[in-house]
Amino acid sequence: MAIPKIVGVETELGIMVRGTNEWNPVSASSLLINAYVGSDPGSLDERSTPVAWDFIDEMPGADARELSEPEFSMPPEIETHLVNAVLTNGARYYVDHAHPEVSTPECRDALSLVLYDRAAELIAEDSMEAARSVLPPEQEIILYKDNTDRKGNAYGTHENYLVDRSLPFGQIIAGCTIHFVSRQIFTGSGKVGSELPGVGLDNVPYQITQRAEHFEEEVGLETTLKRPIINTRDEPHADSARYRRLHVIVGDANMAQVATFLKVGTTSIVLSMLEDHAMDTSMALEDPVRALHHVSHDLSLAQPMKLAKGGSATALEIQWDLFRQATEWAGRHGLASVGEETGKLILERWEQLLTGLETDPSSVADQVDWIAKKRILDGFCDRHSCDWSDLRLRALDLQYHDLRQNKSLAARAGLEVLVDDADAALAKREPPPDTRAYFRGKCLQKFSESIVAANWDSIVFDVGDDPLRRVPMLEPTRGTMEHVGALIEESATVEELLDKLGA
Amino acid sequence: MAEREQIRKTKPRKDAVVSDEAPAVSESGEKLKAELDDLLDEIDDVLETNAEDFVKSYIQKGGQ
Repeated sequence: MAIPKIVGVETELGIMVRGTNEWNPVSASSLLINAYVGSDPGSLDERSTPVAWDFIDEMPGADARELSEPEFSMPPEIETHLVNAVLTNGARYYVDHAHPEVSTPECRDALSLVLYDRAAELIAEDSMEAARSVLPPEQEIILYKDNTDRKGNAYGTHENYLVDRSLPFGQIIAGCTIHFVSRQIFTGSGKVGSELPGVGLDNVPYQITQRAEHFEEEVGLETTLKRPIINTRDEPHADSARYRRLHVIVGDANMAQVATFLKVGTTSIVLSMLEDHAMDTSMALEDPVRALHHVSHDLSLAQPMKLAKGGSATALEIQWDLFRQATEWAGRHGLASVGEETGKLILERWEQLLTGLETDPSSVADQVDWIAKKRILDGFCDRHSCDWSDLRLRALDLQYHDLRQNKSLAARAGLEVLVDDADAALAKREPPPDTRAYFRGKCLQKFSESIVAANWDSIVFDVGDDPLRRVPMLEPTRGTMEHVGALIEESATVEELLDKLGA
Repeated sequence: MAEREQIRKTKPRKDAVVSDEAPAVSESGEKLKAELDDLLDEIDDVLETNAEDFVKSYIQKGGQ
């Protein structure tokens, strides 16, 4: 039976400093995050330094394929010396390589994820504001929620899904590759031009995704070069005998909440179908990497791709096939793994969106970023009689992703909203009630002075004279409000809490 | 929804779209155009002033 599809998203943000030529992205990112943490009473709780991330369980070099011989491949390195904070909503906020990065807390379903993704945007907005008070008046830090500088440098929006360890990784590769290539028609954020060498505006004036062109392999461990469609990092941050964490690096960052919802929701269903042995993977593509680029470049959504078994199909046809399979799966197995109510909404919105893409893509301009953005660019071109080489179009393309409310074009594009901004504002500080993030967040709110460090699957407490005490949280579905809400509430001191937990 | 469903089942091809519902489409089309005009007015106001500098200076190295 499919297990709960707990999900989180890590977003690396683009960063710029205005008003000076003397800046570097690492120190600007550090300044920004420190300014936010210093301005957030929740995450600080009268401490002089934020709670630090604990790296003891990080092993990004572990490979899900359990290769018998070493492959020539560079595992990502972890930088432990940079700013790395845990927030009271259970999220992680840190400097990754040369970008600020926010990881949402673990969420129980796709709708909860949309709420915490929106909260992350608000945290970024607050951070820019907090940085103003630290910077000289003529300077400003600006954040962009996008995935490329359009000059060949990409940065990630990584989805993470809890998957049953007993599901063979080969089946994940087979099922997810089909979905990841074809789902781009609604997950793409759009981009002017191409970043591939030798491909000009004549061939690709505008394309569906930001990320596709940065992928060169079908399967692999890399995340920074020779990126693979299926990333094999095997770092579950949970009981490794029971779980995997599928680390999906192939998606775009979305401004449209419906796109985020369906990106995560449909993928949660595909993984559940695989766990229930209810997915037909016969639509496998002959050349998935080529198909990934092909889908991104095909604005007509009508060009077929070759299938491995012979014949061909469009991305839209593949998505309809997956939707049909998902409906059958839901009828037989139920929607418990993806959340009953949320599951129904995923299927309903998936069908509506595919129908809209098929009949009139402009009818879903309020749900899909690449269409919303293209509508703005086309309108601007008409009004100012320009063509695709006009740099103002590239500026609009970037500014669509600007996270400052007063500059963001996405905020003006009439995108449909699925979560209330007032709820998202609360979610900046309050953890989701229904995953282990609740325990992490609530402990930080109440006992942060006694917490030395925290990470995804444990918290380290300092209770005075005793040695430090680590509380493991290897089960992502436990530590919820239902499990520990009363216990945390009733504990006046951290010693009491640890005694009650039996830790 | 039901109407769209119908369109999908009977006309699965990409080239067989839109045109039959002419009156409804043109009405909503007018509304969409007016909205887009308002949006473009607003964009003219918020667009970064020096597009060339802005685009050229946006360099983001060291990402995953």
